[in-house]
Amino acid sequence: MSESHEAVHRHPAPTGFIRKYIFSIDHKVIGIQYILLALVAVLVGMAMSVLMRMNLSWPGTNWPILGTLFPGGAPEGMMTPEFYLSLVTMHGTIMVFFVLTTAPQGGFGNYFLPIQIGADDMAFPVLNMLSFWVTLLGFIVILAAIFVEGNASLAASVGPALGGASGVTVGPIGGWTGYAPLSALGKIAGPGQGAGMNLWIISIAIFCVGSLLGALNFITTLLNMRTRGMSLMRMPLTCWAWFTTAVLALLSFPVLLGGGVLLLLDRVADTSFFIPGGLYVSGLLSGQNPNFPLHSGGSPILWQHLFWFFGHPEVYIAILPGMGATSHILATFARKPVFGYRAMVFAIFAIGLLGFFVWGHHMFISGMSPYSAMTFSILTLSIGVPSAVKTFNWLGTLWGGRIRFTTAMLFAIGFVSLFVAGGITGLVLGQTSLDLPMHDTYFVTAHFHLVMGVASIFGMFAATYFWFPKMFGRMMDERIGKIHFWVTFIGVYCIFVPMHTMGIVGMPRRFSQFTEYEYLSSLHPLVLFVSVAAIATVLVQLLFYVNLFWSMFKGKKASENPWEATTLEWAIPSPPPHDNFAGIMPTVYRGPYEFAVPGAARDFIMQTEAEAEVTTGNGDNGHRH
Amino acid sequence: MGRVLAVIIWMLTLGSVSLFFVKKWWFPTAITEHAAALDRQFLITIIVVGISFAAAQIALGYMVWKYRDTGNASRATYTHGSSRLEVIWTVVTAVIFIGLAVMGQSVWASLHFKQAPPGSYQVEVVAQQFQWNFHYAGTDRVFGRTDPGLIDDSALNFIGLDEADPNARDDSVHSVLAVPAGKPVELILRSKDVIHNFWVPQLRFKQDLVPGMAIRVHFTARTPGKYELACAELCGQLHFKMKSYLLVLPEEEQNALIALPQEQFQTRMTELLAKYPLPQN
Amino acid sequence: MATMVTGTRPVTKKGTSGPKLPGPGGNGSRRSNGGGRIPEEPLSRRYRIGMWVGLASIFMMFTSLTSAYIVRAASANDWKPLPMPRMLLLSTGLILISSVTLELGRRQLRAGRQARYVRLLLLTMALGFGFLFTQLSAWRDLIRQGVYVSTHPHSSFFYLLTGAHGVHLFGGLVALIYLFFRWGLGSRDNSAAAGNAAAVDALTIYWHFMDGLWLYLFLLLFFWR
Repeated sequence: MSESHEAVHRHPAPTGFIRKYIFSIDHKVIGIQYILLALVAVLVGMAMSVLMRMNLSWPGTNWPILGTLFPGGAPEGMMTPEFYLSLVTMHGTIMVFFVLTTAPQGGFGNYFLPIQIGADDMAFPVLNMLSFWVTLLGFIVILAAIFVEGNASLAASVGPALGGASGVTVGPIGGWTGYAPLSALGKIAGPGQGAGMNLWIISIAIFCVGSLLGALNFITTLLNMRTRGMSLMRMPLTCWAWFTTAVLALLSFPVLLGGGVLLLLDRVADTSFFIPGGLYVSGLLSGQNPNFPLHSGGSPILWQHLFWFFGHPEVYIAILPGMGATSHILATFARKPVFGYRAMVFAIFAIGLLGFFVWGHHMFISGMSPYSAMTFSILTLSIGVPSAVKTFNWLGTLWGGRIRFTTAMLFAIGFVSLFVAGGITGLVLGQTSLDLPMHDTYFVTAHFHLVMGVASIFGMFAATYFWFPKMFGRMMDERIGKIHFWVTFIGVYCIFVPMHTMGIVGMPRRFSQFTEYEYLSSLHPLVLFVSVAAIATVLVQLLFYVNLFWSMFKGKKASENPWEATTLEWAIPSPPPHDNFAGIMPTVYRGPYEFAVPGAARDFIMQTEAEAEVTTGNGDNGHRH
Repeated sequence: MGRVLAVIIWMLTLGSVSLFFVKKWWFPTAITEHAAALDRQFLITIIVVGISFAAAQIALGYMVWKYRDTGNASRATYTHGSSRLEVIWTVVTAVIFIGLAVMGQSVWASLHFKQAPPGSYQVEVVAQQFQWNFHYAGTDRVFGRTDPGLIDDSALNFIGLDEADPNARDDSVHSVLAVPAGKPVELILRSKDVIHNFWVPQLRFKQDLVPGMAIRVHFTARTPGKYELACAELCGQLHFKMKSYLLVLPEEEQNALIALPQEQFQTRMTELLAKYPLPQN
Repeated sequence: MATMVTGTRPVTKKGTSGPKLPGPGGNGSRRSNGGGRIPEEPLSRRYRIGMWVGLASIFMMFTSLTSAYIVRAASANDWKPLPMPRMLLLSTGLILISSVTLELGRRQLRAGRQARYVRLLLLTMALGFGFLFTQLSAWRDLIRQGVYVSTHPHSSFFYLLTGAHGVHLFGGLVALIYLFFRWGLGSRDNSAAAGNAAAVDALTIYWHFMDGLWLYLFLLLFFWR
């Protein structure tokens, strides 16, 4: 890194603390900011899931601490139904948007996509910074929804113009899907339909804008800034995954944004996009009372179409980066090239493309045309094909390998196991007929938690353990990491597999208590079992936090390439310099996963190593930066 | 490490599969032909799912056991894949998955493509936040006129029935759904406020009640008895309490019930609810 | 082995010093061998790619609103389209001309005629503001007639679609103003000039898109039945 190279940097390394760590335009800092945001959001989301499990398993119990924390939502420590439903809504929203969309794409994607394609930054660094700050603003607005609805004195200060607030929940009530007209009617529809719901919609609209800016940047960067020799088919599979994810986000978030604007107008401008005529809510007839203006002719199902047109691709936005990271890590620690690289690329694209044509499978029971339902069903089960192809290729990658069981590798293998476990029940839910009993039961909850929740998170755990040394120049503690893996892996199976059988019995989602129904009473032991497993699994995640922050400062120093991996990020120092390659842009000579090449000196050849070294088998003099 | 991981993956697989195969927690007994057909389709699907799941996990366990790094100097197999294998497994999975989707359509078609047979027994279902209202046409089998403008919850006119309409004279409205056994029944589903969902586990189907729409579903219940009816679409604060019962009555009992005037109808319904126990499974 | 696509195949002829460039799209970094000036075209290309990608998302948003429009029109019998406000003919004319002036300005800049460029830039700006002004006066006329957002579904969509388009066009105007200041303050070295030209190219694409989008919305609102 000589002075002459420093001189040609596009933007010089910032010196002040604020430009360096807060309003930074460096993709690496922005990536870490996204990850920190997700780490905070996931804590909130997990705490909410623990509260939900407590309420479901021990109904009617007094938890004095809850009474102190939420005097409105849990008077004398007993959770109210509306408090529970707001937990459901906020858990879903925070997890889907601020964890599963931010960490995999905004976090790891931001940090590693430019490095892996050999670029010194994103195509539009300022836009990149903006996309993070817009996303953070969205998070602050959703937190505001919690406080406005959760704090009696704040709620009292919210004027009728904002829709009033209940003060007894921790946010709006509507599930993460916010089905109209419940979400469109305003406060007459019950607690959790006031200011909190407006803030919820605004937060999601802001989030859409942030994600769109991010997606624009990812796509342009990947198309325009690949370094010399980095042809498309030499990109690591992670880059393909991030790219496809960005395309999905680019095309699906605008639809949600449009729908969100319509929903907000229904709420604040008395329009009738989603609200039909002749409604009678809480003793009031539409148009007969100033609290319930006249509505007519709106279509509730229209909201579902707009929402799910976004909502289904969103599922793949959450999991594709995890698939990419898994492929990458499996190859690295199996010491073997990815099996069927081209098939993997096609499978990612097929999943992304098909993902746009299956949204109707969320709506089999909505009253839409039964003929289009059939088409959606067949397209939905077709998505199983590229997903199965990916699974076969992951197994093929392990086959004949020399597997090194690092924590990252354990989580990647866990990803494969959970992806199969969660994804395969899509064969049940994707069928029009079988969806009829399963819809909105715990079978669905189990399915999507395993596949888009837990599997994605396993992908992110694998990514964290794998890339941490590169990001912070220190190793994470492998012993703690392995304890974290074993408990989490067994824990999530114990949580989500029994939920499938609850769904078969017919246990509906989003019930704050099951005590009203005789046919659900036999499930009580399972409910308890799941809750205990959930609480144990959540507690173990604290180990991860301890490991993460402890290792950041006290971990063993990491070398440039501790995993003996092949891609560009391992050819630069840990942590990388300000513009990644210190002014010397790398040249790429080969595919991303050249492990175990016969005749080569070592069992891996980096992408930057020149051609001659392989053919002569004289690899030791390879140029290393 | 590899062997431990393999064993744990296999044990989790065994545990998961056996949880399904002991059938301790399973569907309640079906009471319609549709439900029985659906159970058969479910069984076929869950067997395919179970086999695929177990096969994938066993293979995964095998890979991590067999190909763990044992410390000797040999390298991994150098291969970038096999086109033939890719084609084989793509085609095989496509045939199985799409085949399942096509097979599942016949049950769907019987419920949604066919109209209810003429002469079906009709009940109008009007859902509201957190209550079910069932509108019976009475002996004339014609529903009285309803109008949202006439709805008045405080006067217990939940569905806005026009008392002046002669057709409404023998109509009854109750919070419990009573239908005749062995006869086709058609429900006309409506909602007054938000989206609700009609869910009786023994019938094996759900249907949203969407405000502004009148959605028709039909079924023929075989077994007389009392079954729990739940709302399965989040509808607000007391969603979990929006409960009712489906009473499947022998035909004479049903005919006698609907012939009763409104006040006696209510009393008789209470008696019938007490008469039939809930099913044990 | 047939799918060996990422393998260690030679990508260069033996004896040459570096690998050949990858196919289209991979035009490499600005400093491929550790130095050199920022070339002109890649920046322009990057801005154009970014612009088209961004426009794809705007396109999707208006597609979703269009589908809502069509579904809503068919979902109930309360669909009473507004008569076309006459002002909109004027605004349509203004935005069509503004597209021409900006395109001419872009070409003048490419030809190095700075003064003509900036005159056309200012003219475009004026036309853009004129467009927004006529749109707002169309709104004012409707409000005077008692047609509000919530009056009926067509009026809701009218305000929504013209509003959403107006916000996007306003964004374009802010960018025009930025370009004007950039011209006023800008240093005259090569890389700044290249950056400026690239930005003008990208904004012209955006402006044309907004023009086409308006024509489309105009037809949808008043000629689609």
